[in-house]
Amino acid sequence: MAIILGLLVLGEALSFLLGIPVPGSVLGMVLMASGLGLKIIRLEWVKDAGGFLTGNLAFFFVPVGVGFIAHFDLLRTQGPVILGVTVFSTLCVLAAAGLCHQWISGKSRKQEKGGE
Amino acid sequence: MTRIFTSPAAFAALTFIVYAAALGLYKKFKFFLLHPVLVSIAALIAILRLAGLSYEEYSRGGIFITSLLSPAVVALGISLYREFGKIRKEAGAIVITTIFGSLVGIISAVVPALLLGSPPQVIISLAPKSVTTPIAMEIAGKLGGVPSLAAVIVILTGVFGAVTGPAVLGLLHITQESAFGLAMGFAAHGVGTARAFEKADAAGAFAGLGLCLNGLATSVLTPVIISLIPG
Repeated sequence: MAIILGLLVLGEALSFLLGIPVPGSVLGMVLMASGLGLKIIRLEWVKDAGGFLTGNLAFFFVPVGVGFIAHFDLLRTQGPVILGVTVFSTLCVLAAAGLCHQWISGKSRKQEKGGE
Repeated sequence: MTRIFTSPAAFAALTFIVYAAALGLYKKFKFFLLHPVLVSIAALIAILRLAGLSYEEYSRGGIFITSLLSPAVVALGISLYREFGKIRKEAGAIVITTIFGSLVGIISAVVPALLLGSPPQVIISLAPKSVTTPIAMEIAGKLGGVPSLAAVIVILTGVFGAVTGPAVLGLLHITQESAFGLAMGFAAHGVGTARAFEKADAAGAFAGLGLCLNGLATSVLTPVIISLIPG
């Protein structure tokens, strides 16, 4: 847990010092993955605390969702737009990511076969 | 006496009880609209309204739980590391898909909202809708959006994407497990990842990877795209 919090602080500091609008926690996530990849951090050190945090992820954002009542007026006027855009954009991403990956990886697979 | 029920610890406990009940309900019926987060939020809002309590009072307890969100995002790095070994073969395709998928996700939300005349705070809250909730909330909060609105939008996206995803991808003949998984993780984050695991373990691993990579790409790209909006 101390390592996770340490990386979070490091990420926040990086985000602030570099003046980039990427959240410190996301930088912390990258530091965690690289630290593990470079074997600076051992998986055993962070496995348990990490499992607890990611396993209960859904629970942690419930209170923030409740904060939504403070913005009820926003939903009244913007509700249909929000819903419409959400549906539209979700379908776009599904199609874009799926087709893009299948097309590229399918192509490289064919090339591999051609080279053999 | 009423002090006991409105103490910060009581609100934290209430949140936990409501969530546990919602989780039980979901496990019993397995119906997508009963997503535990969605149900918990609705139930808690109803309880606060009925009891005549303000959100400010509630949030003094809620903050205990919320403070675990950022560490949880850092912990996602562990999953990212674990997925990495499995997918090294398709790395090139994955990088391109990440950038493309993330851009499509942001632009397809920002542009229609802009055209429909939504206020900036709504547009910014919509931009990160395809990434996992804690990351989306941090992006929205950092750029002047409404984190709680972003959270609700993200959950709606996840539920909608997870339910319609397999049918949409089937229609487009996306049969490759890696492409199926990535698309589910990209479009519908954690909920989509859970759905992809139902199809195949490999698809689930790719979905988990898509979730992490999209969170990363979107947090880098969203500020750039938002800064391009005139006015």
